[in-house]
Amino acid sequence: MSTIIYVPSDSAAISIGADQVAALIAQEAIKRSLDVTIIRNGTRGALWLETLVEVVTPQGRIAYGPVQPEDVSSLYESDFLLGGAHPLALGATDEIAWFAGQDRVTYKRVGIIDPLSLQDYESHGGLVGLRKAITQSGSEIVAEVTASGLRGRGGAGFPAGIKWKTVLDTQADQKYVCCNADEGDSGTFADRILIEADPFTLIEGMTIAAVAVGATEGFVYLRSEYPTAITRLRDAIEIAKSAGVLGSSVLGSAHAFNLEVRVGAGSYVCGEETAMLESLEGKRGVVRSKPPLPAIAGLFGKPTIINNVITLASVPAILADGAAAYAARGTGRSLGTQVFQLAGNIARGGIIETAFGITLETLVKTFGGGTLSGKPLRAIQIGGPLGAYFNSSQLNVSMDYESLAAAGGMLGHGGVVLFDDNVDLAQQAKFAMEFCALESCGKCTPCRLGSTRGAETIEKIISGVDVPANKLLLLDLCEVMTDGSLCAMGGLTPLPVKSAMNNFPEDFTGGAKK
Amino acid sequence: MSYLSWSIEEATRVLTPLKNVQGPVLIALQAIQERFGYVHDDAVALIAETFNVSRADVHGVLTYYHDLRTTPSPDRCIQICVAEACQSVGSRDLVAAVEKKLGKKIDQTYSDVEIKSAYCFGNCALGPAAMVDGQLIGRASVEKVTA
Repeated sequence: MSTIIYVPSDSAAISIGADQVAALIAQEAIKRSLDVTIIRNGTRGALWLETLVEVVTPQGRIAYGPVQPEDVSSLYESDFLLGGAHPLALGATDEIAWFAGQDRVTYKRVGIIDPLSLQDYESHGGLVGLRKAITQSGSEIVAEVTASGLRGRGGAGFPAGIKWKTVLDTQADQKYVCCNADEGDSGTFADRILIEADPFTLIEGMTIAAVAVGATEGFVYLRSEYPTAITRLRDAIEIAKSAGVLGSSVLGSAHAFNLEVRVGAGSYVCGEETAMLESLEGKRGVVRSKPPLPAIAGLFGKPTIINNVITLASVPAILADGAAAYAARGTGRSLGTQVFQLAGNIARGGIIETAFGITLETLVKTFGGGTLSGKPLRAIQIGGPLGAYFNSSQLNVSMDYESLAAAGGMLGHGGVVLFDDNVDLAQQAKFAMEFCALESCGKCTPCRLGSTRGAETIEKIISGVDVPANKLLLLDLCEVMTDGSLCAMGGLTPLPVKSAMNNFPEDFTGGAKK
Repeated sequence: MSYLSWSIEEATRVLTPLKNVQGPVLIALQAIQERFGYVHDDAVALIAETFNVSRADVHGVLTYYHDLRTTPSPDRCIQICVAEACQSVGSRDLVAAVEKKLGKKIDQTYSDVEIKSAYCFGNCALGPAAMVDGQLIGRASVEKVTA
């Protein structure tokens, strides 16, 4: 009987040798006349254990990792096909503390299944939500999503159900569902992992959204930096089409839904929803003024649902298991689960899906294991390039929308980036302004000019030129950018800058550091 | 990556299947770049004519997006992520070391090897991240990216 071995085809795993590991496992099996079947799953999310090789044994899936190409022959010598002992043996995958401590809801199939097997998808609970949706009215589906408390996971945290209701209630000859997969924030990769590991969940979520509001066309705006995800999602869409999940009759119902992937072109601001719409229309990614809301006049001027990958991918489980089960998780107005991404200078990086309300300390220490370098943790940036820098005395903050806002930060897309004591926060603040200058769409003055002036002013502070006056000037500029910018790019760039100044004042004294 | 040399005939063949695309300009420019490695000056007028938009519109899109280039692609392209998560594990030093080893400056145009800054490949737990000719590299080092 053939032994099943899982070797991830996730692009992060491939970036450190998963393809070579898979090839060597196959070669060695032939050499040793052993019958193995290699399935290329997505990553299970523990990127620090990649390449994580799993063997299916009568005792379940047994893990080995991190496996380097040179470890493969010794794995065979240790009888890893039977779960044999080896220095890299980790035991049953599900029992590894890093996984056991999570609450996988939206990402429950990630890393478990063959990403492009619709059969595997269905046998792990896939399509249950969509099958339910096609028997319900649009307002019933929207009511369920609203009751779940699901909020936009892209960063803004707007209640998904309310957005959907606006689109549902707007009369039009054409409506669209657009998925924002322009995951440009440094320190975030949850969208990429989901698309590479379980693309049908996103397709199902988008289809439910389309059925709910009467949209017949959908687009996924996926960034060019994610070539593996682009190919994977396009392949999955073709499979879903031939299986009748997508197309003129969704699962045999009267609903039609066609889905297409459109690839970005390296513009960060196109992750802003109206800039994304412009880019989807083939134009410069310049932010639109609101109103009108995209839910009323979005893509090509038609009512459009725009949600992030995780938001849409959370919907199938909400429909399948009921809004109450989802809303039972979390805290306050942050209901359900969040997929946190541990990144940067971190010993155990990857994705942690858990209910809102976990502390930063648990994420960073219990899961993350502190810094990769082993040097003291000095700063944590939460929520991407527009998120705040926290210092190591602020680890008790609860990870939910309201608590992070109260602490002077924001959740963003859930990225958590660690820095050791090599970091210079004045340099990080300057980088935030420089990044804004580079990526600003140029439409509004505070962002277009303010970012360049901001970088110059921070440079003066770093060089020790008139430090107190320049600090005041910088704070004044931040206020103008916050209040006067059209979108979050200019409006939130002051967040990393001001938090760096507040939480690390010693880095803004103008003296040469270290 | 191998590209064809620029020709109007081939470009016309690239654009023909896109005639029914809604909002075609960006897709057209991407398709041209995928075939030729860059967007030749003459492609602007061709796209404008094919899709009945102004040359200014096409030029505007072409000059907006970081991915699109107007000079031929180099033989080799090394993109290094210089965003925060990779900074925290030494991407600034990596850039300096690669610049030194290759004797080139980042974000300059060369015909043989270019080093380009990139902002996130979604490999933030295994940084520094780089992409060499489309191949993602984790825990990047000078040796790995210049191998």
